[in-house]
Amino acid sequence: MTIASFLTQLLELAIAVALAPLLVGWVNMCRAWLQNKSAPSLLLPYRTIRKLFMKDAVVAQSASPIFRTTPYIVFGAMCCAAAIVPSLATDLPFAQAADAIALVGLFALARVFIALAAMDIGTAFGALGARREMFVGFLAEPALLMVLFTASLISGSTSLPTIVDALAHRELAIYPSLAFAGVAFTMVSLAENARIPIDNPSTHLELTMIHEAMVLEYSARHLALLEWASALKLFNYSCIGLALFFPFGIAAAGDWLALIGAAPALIFKLAIGGVALAFIETLSAKLRIFRAPEFLGTAFLLAVLAMLVNLLLGG
Amino acid sequence: MAGVPLYAQFINLLAAILLLLAFAMLAQRRVLTLIDLFAAQGLALAISTGVVAYGTSQPHLYFSTVLTFALKVILLPWILHRLIRRLDVRWEFEGLINIPTTMLIGIVLVVFSFNLALPISQLASTVTRSTLGIAMASVMLSFLMMITRRKAIPQVIGFLAMENGLFFAATSATYGMPMVVELGIALDVLVGMLILGVFFFQIREQFDSLDLRHLEKLKEPDQ
Amino acid sequence: MSAIGPPVGALELVVTIVAAWVALGALGLVRPHSLRFVSRLIFPAGACVALLLTVIAFLSLDAPPQSLVMPLGLPDLPFHVRLDPLSAFFLLLIGAASFGVSLFSAGYFRASEGTPPGLICFQYHVFLAAMASVVVADDAYAFMVAWEAMALASYFLVTTEHRIPEIRRAGFLYLLIAHIGAIAILLCFGVLQAGGDDYTFDTMRNMTLIGAWPTAAYFLALVGFGAKAGLLPLHVWLPEAHPAAPSPVSALMSGVMLKTAIYGLLRVTFDLMHVQLWWWGVVALALGVVTALFGVIYAAVQTDMKRLLAYSSVENIGIIVAGFGLTILFRAYGKNLLAAITLTAVLYHALNHAFFKTLLFLVTGSVLHATKERSLGKLGGLIHRMPWVAWLALVGTLAIAGLPPLNGFVSEWLLLQAFLFTPSLPQSFVNMLVPLAAAGVVLAVALAAYVMVKFYGVVFLGRPREAHLAYAHDAGRFERFGLVWLAAGCIALGILPVNVIQAIDPVNAMLLHSSAISAGGGNWLLLAPINADRSSYSPLIVLVVIIATVVLTMRIVHRFYHGRIRTAPPWDCGFPLQTPRMQDSAEGFGQPIRQVFEPFFRIERHLPTSFDAAPRYFVRIGDPFWSWIFLPIAHAAEFAARIVGLIQQGRISVYLTYSFFTLLALLFFVR
Repeated sequence: MTIASFLTQLLELAIAVALAPLLVGWVNMCRAWLQNKSAPSLLLPYRTIRKLFMKDAVVAQSASPIFRTTPYIVFGAMCCAAAIVPSLATDLPFAQAADAIALVGLFALARVFIALAAMDIGTAFGALGARREMFVGFLAEPALLMVLFTASLISGSTSLPTIVDALAHRELAIYPSLAFAGVAFTMVSLAENARIPIDNPSTHLELTMIHEAMVLEYSARHLALLEWASALKLFNYSCIGLALFFPFGIAAAGDWLALIGAAPALIFKLAIGGVALAFIETLSAKLRIFRAPEFLGTAFLLAVLAMLVNLLLGG
Repeated sequence: MAGVPLYAQFINLLAAILLLLAFAMLAQRRVLTLIDLFAAQGLALAISTGVVAYGTSQPHLYFSTVLTFALKVILLPWILHRLIRRLDVRWEFEGLINIPTTMLIGIVLVVFSFNLALPISQLASTVTRSTLGIAMASVMLSFLMMITRRKAIPQVIGFLAMENGLFFAATSATYGMPMVVELGIALDVLVGMLILGVFFFQIREQFDSLDLRHLEKLKEPDQ
Repeated sequence: MSAIGPPVGALELVVTIVAAWVALGALGLVRPHSLRFVSRLIFPAGACVALLLTVIAFLSLDAPPQSLVMPLGLPDLPFHVRLDPLSAFFLLLIGAASFGVSLFSAGYFRASEGTPPGLICFQYHVFLAAMASVVVADDAYAFMVAWEAMALASYFLVTTEHRIPEIRRAGFLYLLIAHIGAIAILLCFGVLQAGGDDYTFDTMRNMTLIGAWPTAAYFLALVGFGAKAGLLPLHVWLPEAHPAAPSPVSALMSGVMLKTAIYGLLRVTFDLMHVQLWWWGVVALALGVVTALFGVIYAAVQTDMKRLLAYSSVENIGIIVAGFGLTILFRAYGKNLLAAITLTAVLYHALNHAFFKTLLFLVTGSVLHATKERSLGKLGGLIHRMPWVAWLALVGTLAIAGLPPLNGFVSEWLLLQAFLFTPSLPQSFVNMLVPLAAAGVVLAVALAAYVMVKFYGVVFLGRPREAHLAYAHDAGRFERFGLVWLAAGCIALGILPVNVIQAIDPVNAMLLHSSAISAGGGNWLLLAPINADRSSYSPLIVLVVIIATVVLTMRIVHRFYHGRIRTAPPWDCGFPLQTPRMQDSAEGFGQPIRQVFEPFFRIERHLPTSFDAAPRYFVRIGDPFWSWIFLPIAHAAEFAARIVGLIQQGRISVYLTYSFFTLLALLFFVR
């Protein structure tokens, strides 16, 4: 591990942490435009986080230490995930310590902790949200893993930088299996980031909410961290998607010139991705909670099919 | 993948999209979306035929491209849409088996047809031979869709999608059939479609519904 | 490790340890009713012996095999024992897990209606001794004697509370299935011995089976050991016997005894037989995946915490057997390196399961003692009352849910890596089947996280659902020691995978003549099965980075803003009459799974109508295998018994006539 690659690693992590709320703001803005509303400021998520940090935290009497540490653990897990996913460069020393399977494990770690924290207070809403979150997770997590497996079958590696290297810096070839994987991945990321059609990030309607039900008891800095973490999660998922399906512009190891070009490329790609997400959210309707397994089951099976197609067509 | 010409890779991609659309049709509840998916499948088919025509320089395949496009992307969806408007049947429909189970069976069918096609395609000499398994899988999936649906229109769409799979096998894996055969099939599909349309009206006249369960009443009563 | 070398006469020491356990048990019989004597003296002594066994087993992992002929057994048929890397690994597992259990037991057993403590102590130590003997036995005779002793000792332990009819029934079911399995194992050894001179494993190793005989032996072993391990459809005893047994016994049975069955499978398939056919692997793989999915789906809907863990054991055994099938597959195609990686994953997961499942069963024991409740619907909020137990249980929960950086994740990571290697197999059919199996395994692992969140959340988090839970007390000193040991094991196995894999490697060398540690990549920090470019994982770095981020975030937040905090009652949603009973129950938490997988359950449900004066909701979920397999067999047996019963007249002279005719017939045929 050289100093340079270490610096790249830190730079990428810093960019992820800094840009994540911006991406959320951008998606909200696009969605408002598409729905003919006047859009909130692009920087609103930052202001919300800052406002929340200033407030006094209120913690329920029946809370255990799990409740208070969970925001930090979730945030930490998301930072780790951000350090693995190649968004700017593939020269990531930390990615050696954790590959694609560990990435899914980190997401699962965050999920389990947030679900436990939701059950900690002992209100009906918290447990309801926890149950639904785990319910969504048990299908989304395997589907995500299958998508990553498809990519790793193509590249012969489960390490994300190696996958991106194999996909981006190669002679032009079309991988039909990635079509399947792409559809499956889109479905999974919608579900995992609490988006329509599985969850609606902008309501607190008790019949439908998942993520909001879990964080209902949180306030102030804890809530700020959780919001930030979920923004980071969206950022991470976007970067995974970009890395697997549009890996162009990500700098290879030691390529400083490309690194300078990688940042605008990333922002450009994320902006497009945000518009696409807003489009999907505007065009689709929220599913009943028991249609969710159907939706995610479809994603899971498509991801499995991607592996099969990959074996049949050899790439 | 290295060494395979780009057009062949493109056909592989289209094959995958074809299969993807077949799965999407299997999972789809709404009849209008089903028709759109069918049209999309037709489009993928037309493009793949065109690519084969270009890649193997067989001009007569361009005709089939145009034919496929006209028939499957424009004409048939238009007829279906009209039928639905006339019959006023825009319902969501429930299949006989729930959708995840159907998809699970679909996966099994895919594995089955991939393995079935493997020895055959190893004998073939074309670069795109591996698409044969996909074509076969699409046929099977369309068949499955016909089995699991109880309303008439989805069944007809399943039938048409099955023909798509066969046609894809013919063009992509073996680089096309003689023109006469293709024209014949196209005509068959069209005529079949029209006859079925007439049938729909008859069925609805009789039963006030397009639910095929009503046809069960037509058998001889048990003694 | 190799620098120290194996202790001289390691095998003799192991035999001595087995004898010491039996002797300690017998000592308990001296004062059978004195709880103090048994729990303060004998159980801690037994734990020390277990620790010694762990050390010896660890040191002899990479030693050459040693064998011994014992002066015991029948004349002309002495017991043979042998210590090779495979036995050493399983001895290590037995010793390490039972050390924790014995320590815990020292504080656990109370005076009760059932079996007196001295007798429990005897049965317990005989059970330990029998398990150790199973893995060192080197002939079929000694193996079967040890196997049966293990089954009997555990049967008596299961029926400790033998005054309760359900517990007697559960014990009987267990004994029945254990014996069906034992018959299959006996027949398997019969096939393997193939008319050789004696029954030693050495003879079997030198035999070359031909035709269908290897297949017969393999499937007999799969049935026999599968019955003990809890493979579908012979798993039905697990969810009955585990809740019936005292918690340390459930812990031993689930964490350790099930592994002896895995030992048996490995011993027969890879050591005693020389050929493995690829389709054996496919069968085991399919069976394992189905078992894993079945177990975890059923675990998700349980409302009794020990039944939940029992079904979770079924799931874990399923994963282990799936890995075993994959090992056979690789081995049959001559891919020994991949087979070695898979086998490492199998052994690793067995070891992990021994730690976390034992830990969680012991935790249920502590909860049971503190609250007298086993039903999840009546627990809750115990983290405030029982902090030690709750925090240690959290370690076990995270480990079993397969989360990094704990141990469950490592073995699942290795197994998934192995699944990804299959495109190198020559048969396309298998190549396509394996990704499907991988999908099944991944699904089971994800569901396991669901199950464990349910388990931990309902038992330890939230508010207490019953008033008397406020008087729950934390575990005692000995219990804490046991739990801490096992939790520490989960953490150590999680963050030091390279060392563990190096230690396991001699087993690969012995069974597969290959090593899982490649020359390509990896060092003490980085686990990299093939090479670092292909895949690598370093839990220690992950742990350090997570902790560093957490601490850094905490410091930054508190530095730049403030750490002010207020406590308040939780938000009541504008409805102030909330009671703890309004929390999500265990049924509620499992309800989505029940709804999704409804066709796989046999659900008995009673919904109250709106006119019920005392509305009661009731749902019971049965195991479909009862009605598919076991009840038909039971009915057939009853039917056969009735037919046989026709010849039973009750008069002596009729019976004498039967004997007379039998005699005549025999004389006629033998003449």
